[in-house]
Amino acid sequence: MDLKNITVKELRSKLDAKEIGAREAAALFLDEIKKNDDKVLSYITVTGDEAMKTADAAQKRIDAGDPAPLTGIPLALKDNLCTDGIRTTCSSRMLGDFVPPYSATAVEKLAAQDYVILGKVSMDEFAMGGSTQTSAFAKTKNPYDTERVPGGSSGGSAAAVAAGFCAAALGSDTGGSIRQPASFCGVTGLKPTYGRVSRYGLVAFASSLDQIGPIARTAEDCGIILNAIAGHDPKDATSKDVPFTDFNEKLGQSISGMRIAIPKEFYGDAVDEEVRTAVMNAAHEYEKMGAELVDCSISTLKYAVQAYYLISSAEAASNLSRYDGIKYGLRGEGHSFDEMIRDSRNRGFGAEVKRRILLGNYALSSGYYDAYYRKALALKQQIISEYNAVFENADVILTPTAPSVAYKIGVQDNDPVKMYTADICTVTVNIAGLPAINTTCGYDRDGMPIGMSIVGRRFDESTIIQTADAFEKTFSPVRCTL
Amino acid sequence: MSNLYPTIGLEIHAELLTKSKVFCTCSAEFGGEPNSRCCPVCSGMPGTLPVLNHTAVEYIIRAGYVTNCEISRFTKWDRKNYFYPDLPKAYQISQMPRPVCLNGWVDIVANGQEKRIRVNRIHLEEDAGKLVHDEATRSSLADYNRCGIPLIEMVTEPDFHSAEEVIAYVEKIKLLYKYAGICDCKMEQGSLRCDVNISLAPKDSKELGTRAELKNLNSTKAIARAIEYEIYRQTEIIESGQKVLQETRRFSDSTGETTALRSKEDAHDYRYFPDPDIPPIIFTEEELAEIKAKLPEMPEQRKARYMSEYGIAETDADNIINDKDICDFFEDAIKVYNKPKAVANFILGEFMRRINLGEMSMDSLKFTAKDLARLIELGDTDKINKNNYKTIFVEMIGTGKTPDEVCDELDLWVKDDTSAVEAVIDKLIADNPKPVEQYRAGEQKVFGFFMGQANKALKGQATPNTIKAILEQKLKG
Repeated sequence: MDLKNITVKELRSKLDAKEIGAREAAALFLDEIKKNDDKVLSYITVTGDEAMKTADAAQKRIDAGDPAPLTGIPLALKDNLCTDGIRTTCSSRMLGDFVPPYSATAVEKLAAQDYVILGKVSMDEFAMGGSTQTSAFAKTKNPYDTERVPGGSSGGSAAAVAAGFCAAALGSDTGGSIRQPASFCGVTGLKPTYGRVSRYGLVAFASSLDQIGPIARTAEDCGIILNAIAGHDPKDATSKDVPFTDFNEKLGQSISGMRIAIPKEFYGDAVDEEVRTAVMNAAHEYEKMGAELVDCSISTLKYAVQAYYLISSAEAASNLSRYDGIKYGLRGEGHSFDEMIRDSRNRGFGAEVKRRILLGNYALSSGYYDAYYRKALALKQQIISEYNAVFENADVILTPTAPSVAYKIGVQDNDPVKMYTADICTVTVNIAGLPAINTTCGYDRDGMPIGMSIVGRRFDESTIIQTADAFEKTFSPVRCTL
Repeated sequence: MSNLYPTIGLEIHAELLTKSKVFCTCSAEFGGEPNSRCCPVCSGMPGTLPVLNHTAVEYIIRAGYVTNCEISRFTKWDRKNYFYPDLPKAYQISQMPRPVCLNGWVDIVANGQEKRIRVNRIHLEEDAGKLVHDEATRSSLADYNRCGIPLIEMVTEPDFHSAEEVIAYVEKIKLLYKYAGICDCKMEQGSLRCDVNISLAPKDSKELGTRAELKNLNSTKAIARAIEYEIYRQTEIIESGQKVLQETRRFSDSTGETTALRSKEDAHDYRYFPDPDIPPIIFTEEELAEIKAKLPEMPEQRKARYMSEYGIAETDADNIINDKDICDFFEDAIKVYNKPKAVANFILGEFMRRINLGEMSMDSLKFTAKDLARLIELGDTDKINKNNYKTIFVEMIGTGKTPDEVCDELDLWVKDDTSAVEAVIDKLIADNPKPVEQYRAGEQKVFGFFMGQANKALKGQATPNTIKAILEQKLKG
């Protein structure tokens, strides 16, 4: 049986119909990883034993006639999600041998459904980057063209899903880190509303922006996984108690009459023409389904990247201070505390992480706080206001996910500003705390996937899943071959 | 004679008496085996998150109420970033622009003068861990048990001008915090810590001098000595025409001197910013009213009650309330034996005398308030002779036995046996013909001699009233 392109939903019915056992399904994915991941480098740690153990537990539950939606479904986890007893590296030498004694709440919730863990997948170091090329352990490649980046920071998650190395995966999104790699790898990725999923056990990058979410083959699969991991967590004071029943409850409902906002700033010259065209074609597809396109403006977009890099780097500089070599992780040498801490951090962190720490500390330092950090916070309020205004006249917003398709490995290595600017289409959604989903809307002349993002109102994940699903039903994806 | 005048402000850190730490569920108790009271959250493991302990918030609001502060309706937490091995996250969660309490005041009496000290602010933060340096192996070990214990920091205005005022204030704060039930205020254990900012300037100067911040002051005595030393040091510097440096200085208990720790130039840039993990709190009037209603009875209220309801004199009432442990003991005792004046007299007398002699301490009492109440009741009701209070009390202090047990063992109960009394008195009269003559000749004072002798011979087994009646009758002849 070939599970490479199977959806979570399809695998569920095969498992429940006993067409395949949980152990067999897990083994098929592990085989695929073994055969082909040397071309993609998506996994940092493959947990074969743990996969079989969890598959056995899942099979018992299936045999008992009591499966949950994810029982026996083999998933991959981004390596910044803490897993009790399993190495969690954040793609950093700093945490190269770090084995947490606890699991992230989202992971525990998957475990409560008896999912099957295949392993931990690569990412940009500490989730800082959009290419997965800053990983200290696995510089993942795009399964559609292994000379290209898979996007990032959840590049391992997106590539593993695209290449058929798992049924779906968890990623995390701080400024586009789920949506952009999903776009580059031609899969569906959902960033939930800030506060929808507990951040407990997600190694923090920028606490006010980070959010865990699924990367899968369909919007419906994303909904199934979000159903499992969402909800208030007493261990995360920023998680919200907003009730939900089923994020897929609107699937199949007509989108006739839905108002889809097209913010003009997202369709300017900074975005490649092929991308613009593909997204606008999708917009017209929605029109054919009876949706109404609404012109709108997010004028603060021109400041969004700056605000994002100030806020995220400031928080990151503080969040990453704990890696001092004293309690866990890489320990350097020296004759004093200061020397030892300096050496630990110098050796443990890569160049991109150091760059963000410098930027963040600069923005927070006395004399600069008002000029940078405070202004970024003020801008955050304006961005929120602008989005609120748009949602008075629209139900969702449609934008490109990235200005271009996946680029060749190495081309942006020496130009961080250009790399940062490529986040333009995704960062405002994190700053405003909104939910957004990427799904594939076309392919460029080289066959590389083009993604579009559907942004919803806070805590209205159901509508963006419905909207993405409506398009997916009209679209024939081209799966990659390795 | 120098015309330089000291100006002093205080920062007082107090560890709150919550059961658990301020951002996790670990025990906040003092001590414990190293690193036995920490978890992934308070030891700063990757991905863990702080969740605010609402009891700690309630306690800091109490601190605000007892020092007449305004309670902020909107309060939030900030990160104070610096590297040190005892700070596992490399930032301390604290409060910068929006502390819980602002603009309070506390009245003190120093050198016989009443004075109002203004409180600038009180904020809630987390304590750091502790480092143990091992000279033998030239290594340092970190103990994170104290990490995350809730700490409140009070900052006063620079309203003090002498060590006496500072001491009076610190004592007053200790009393208020203890009565509010928020801190045990043990300076020697570090649950209350005081930093002193001190500068000198000519008395009529409108501008303050350059200040030094004094640290490591773990007793009120150390505070007084450090201030005295610092006044001396700064006076010498200024009078020799030099300038005082703005710096942090450490007081040494052994030398009585302060030495420079770091200068203003070396001061950290803490890069404060709002902690994104902890949502701000907005208090409603109802919530604050509820917290205020739960505030325990404060010393001034108890004092007023003792004076008006129990008729206890003001100085006596002051002496009882000035030590919360003793005051609580008094409260417990009068719950069992509702004769407040008798209990107060005993506590202010024999009880405090034994404490002052170092024979007992409130931390390690072997007997209970109920036992003390019983002892006084036995005396008041003539079950025992009050002259035996001392004997019985010393036994209680030493052994923890109840007064009833002591009286049984030492045979100290008053007996209704008048024949025994008569026999003792008959013998006394027979043995002392001269004093008998003197008494019969009108010298009343020898009556005391006979009372004393009779008491001694009877070992307190008869009440003074019984002895007196029989003695009077027999002496008449």
